[in-house]
Amino acid sequence: MSTGNMNLTLKVWRQKNNKTKGALVDYKLSGISPDMSFLEMFDVLNEDLITKGEEPVVFDHDCREGICGMCSMFINGRPHGPKDLVTTCQLHMRSFKDGDTIVVEPWRAAAFPVVKDLTVDRSAFDRVIAAGGFISVNTGNAQDANNLPIPKMKADAAFEAAACIGCGACVATCKNASAMLFVSAKISQLALLPQGQPERYRRVQSMVAQMDAEGFGNCTNTGACEAECPKGISLENIALMNRDFASAKFVSEETV
Amino acid sequence: MSDINSNIPEGELTSKWTKYKSSVPLVNPSNKRTIEVIIVGSGLAGASAAATLAEMGYKVKCFCFQDSPRRAHSIAAQGGINAAKNYQNDGDSTYRLFYDTIKGGDYRAREANVHRLAEVSANIIDQCVAQGVPLAREYGGLLDNRSFGGTQVQRTFYAAGQTGQQLLLGAYSALERQIGMGKVEMYTRHEMLEVVKIDGKARGIIARNLITGEIERHFGHAVVLGTGGYGNVFYLSTNAMGSNVTAAWKAHKQGAYFANPCYTQIHPTCIPVSGDHQSKLTLMSESLRNDGRIWVPKKKDDNRKASEIPEDERDYYLERRYPAFGNLVPRDVASRAAKERCDAGYGVGASKLAVYLDFKANTERYGRIEASKSGIHNPDKETCMRLGTAVIKEKYGNLFDMYAQITGENPYETPMRIYPAVHYTMGGLWVDYNLMTSVPGLYCTGEANFSDHGANRLGASALMQGLADGYFVLPYTIGAYLSKEISVKAIPTDHPAFVEAEERAKGILNKLINIKGTKSVDHFHKRLGHIMWEKCGMARNEKGLKEAIEEIRALRAEFWSNVRVPGVVEELNPELEKAGRVADFIELGELMCIDALNRNESCGGHFREEYQTEEGEALRDDENFAYVAAWEFKEGVNFELHKEELKFENIKVAQRSYK
Repeated sequence: MSTGNMNLTLKVWRQKNNKTKGALVDYKLSGISPDMSFLEMFDVLNEDLITKGEEPVVFDHDCREGICGMCSMFINGRPHGPKDLVTTCQLHMRSFKDGDTIVVEPWRAAAFPVVKDLTVDRSAFDRVIAAGGFISVNTGNAQDANNLPIPKMKADAAFEAAACIGCGACVATCKNASAMLFVSAKISQLALLPQGQPERYRRVQSMVAQMDAEGFGNCTNTGACEAECPKGISLENIALMNRDFASAKFVSEETV
Repeated sequence: MSDINSNIPEGELTSKWTKYKSSVPLVNPSNKRTIEVIIVGSGLAGASAAATLAEMGYKVKCFCFQDSPRRAHSIAAQGGINAAKNYQNDGDSTYRLFYDTIKGGDYRAREANVHRLAEVSANIIDQCVAQGVPLAREYGGLLDNRSFGGTQVQRTFYAAGQTGQQLLLGAYSALERQIGMGKVEMYTRHEMLEVVKIDGKARGIIARNLITGEIERHFGHAVVLGTGGYGNVFYLSTNAMGSNVTAAWKAHKQGAYFANPCYTQIHPTCIPVSGDHQSKLTLMSESLRNDGRIWVPKKKDDNRKASEIPEDERDYYLERRYPAFGNLVPRDVASRAAKERCDAGYGVGASKLAVYLDFKANTERYGRIEASKSGIHNPDKETCMRLGTAVIKEKYGNLFDMYAQITGENPYETPMRIYPAVHYTMGGLWVDYNLMTSVPGLYCTGEANFSDHGANRLGASALMQGLADGYFVLPYTIGAYLSKEISVKAIPTDHPAFVEAEERAKGILNKLINIKGTKSVDHFHKRLGHIMWEKCGMARNEKGLKEAIEEIRALRAEFWSNVRVPGVVEELNPELEKAGRVADFIELGELMCIDALNRNESCGGHFREEYQTEEGEALRDDENFAYVAAWEFKEGVNFELHKEELKFENIKVAQRSYK
């Protein structure tokens, strides 16, 4: 059982709501254990604040096992902090040193307005999916699953694209606040599978249109999104999306 | 014995559902357009029901407390989903899945519901594949399967260690499609705080907009709760931080019976607690028991490293005690066996509350197979381990990474340390065959209801049940009720019942914020969790349960006089959300202990120390306890017991044996 001995200085973004201005506020923390997760360290901070009669920091989190995509802190200039391929909830304090100063901010993008403190509104992602991120098959319309063999390589590639957790780190880290990695991951998943073919070109047009309408920026091939994605979603998905988008506009019979 | 009616259709077990489906009253398309259904929860059970009902033409409103329906905790399910497809040609069938589920549940589930579940299991896989869910495949392009505990066939479909995520994203995409078409109105960051009843029927809900704090009234001809389990009553569990019982508990207080609350599943393979700061526990999928062997040292208090303990000084206690099922015994059996070894002083790691899950033997075995595939004869050990590690990585890579991230240890080199943790709750709102609670028009699906798993759920059956309820059962059964409601016009929400329900909800919020005590919500939640884990956890006894009931009552009084909830009601206030949930957990905790005390037998996840065989196995009492305990809420946090007798007409009830 560990009782910790790390001392930290936190600079945390505090903002009452989307109508007020925010600012970084300093907090000192001591007795932090290296075995704590980053969010458990925030639990300690909030418990302190409540005891002192102050308002705790509001931050999004839920599963705390790296899969729900809810946690979303921008830590020392990187979404989900310094480690590759992990979400904030899976980041542990052993990745920091005693005496460190840690700056924690919300995701910053026009399409993700701040709700309060470190919590932002990511509903733009849901609207992009609602625009076409699906296969139109009503319940009860399916044939036997093994009537449609799918080459393992294709299935595995679709799975890798489908591993996206919709956290928004790609948008947060992109200098253009582009959502292309997120959008292309869903487009790829469905474009790689035979089930996704009938709506393939319709889908890419609808989703891209919605992405633009939400105010996300364009892609300039920097690759920060891929580097920061906690699930390792590949830039190749963006290439596939662009190819399909071009095909849709120039070759497909169906334009949306 | 029964004083409640489960409305199971007459006829042969195997034809009940088919007959029911072809005779259930229908609602014509023009009437569906004017009928509104409220769905609370957007996990597998909620999202699938919302999407399917909207596809059928109903007007649907769906609510979730997360910022997106895609984040419901179904997403965290790792291992897989069962279906009686018999793709592996290993003798599987609908009957076998039915039989395994009843036996796995220790003969405490309803035959008719479980058979229906087994019947629709195959449709789920078809539906999900059609949606583009990327389930694991073989090189031939067909779907792959693996084994799970409590069965001797391979019927589990999976997507690496992320099966729940992929299935939920499938249901979510179906739901978003309906949202985009304007057929579902989605309310994210909304929490249900009351059920509204008019003339005895559920007619809507009161919900709080978590961003603005506003209290809203919503009408529905029927209300469906797919709000998940209540494992967080233990504070530490594998549930998400926000998982809660509030919606189900408010329904309970409005007359919905709560069934078998003491049936909780303690999952055998979780990462052990590392300190007091711990906020949640992380599961290591049961699928790991396919290739991991569980052991402890033969010597007490052995402080050597795992690698320094020779083979003949290791006790593979599951293989020793249960040779037929070995490491794949059901979860309750595996959990108790781990506790037994640790209590006896054979635990490992710093806390001594852990056992080893060791992949070495199977890594080497896989390596040997790979070597022979590539034409390497008599490969050395190093080659075997190298090739085998690649196989293990493909199967369980994300789980191994997660383990390394949390513990700071490399599980490819040293065995994992695991210990049981609260994972799933078999109990829940009582529902009849139609999935309707004891309040007319109020339905309950998925983990939130009690219906299919008896006293113990088998691995990979939760995803099956959630999707069965939402895609294939509720959409039919709800028609039986709604077909009689077609002449009911939408009731305006200024009806006195809405006003009164809103006052109740506001009263609780204002009371919580005005206590202005000295202790945080988490402080009370941790204390509740401690009482529940110690006295209503893996093993229970009369004395402990009686103490727990007194302690929980005292805790409730202290909570309502000394909790500190900062901030105000009219804004985003997570502490206020937690406070309401913990208040409900405290009441539920008391009921769980009352239920555990009432059930003078051991069955599945409910182990009463007074009732065990000489070998330490659970000892059922079929003569006196073959019933569902359905509790009715009475004024002042009191509970009245109703019984639904369980009749086994198709399965011979026997002592469960995995030896």
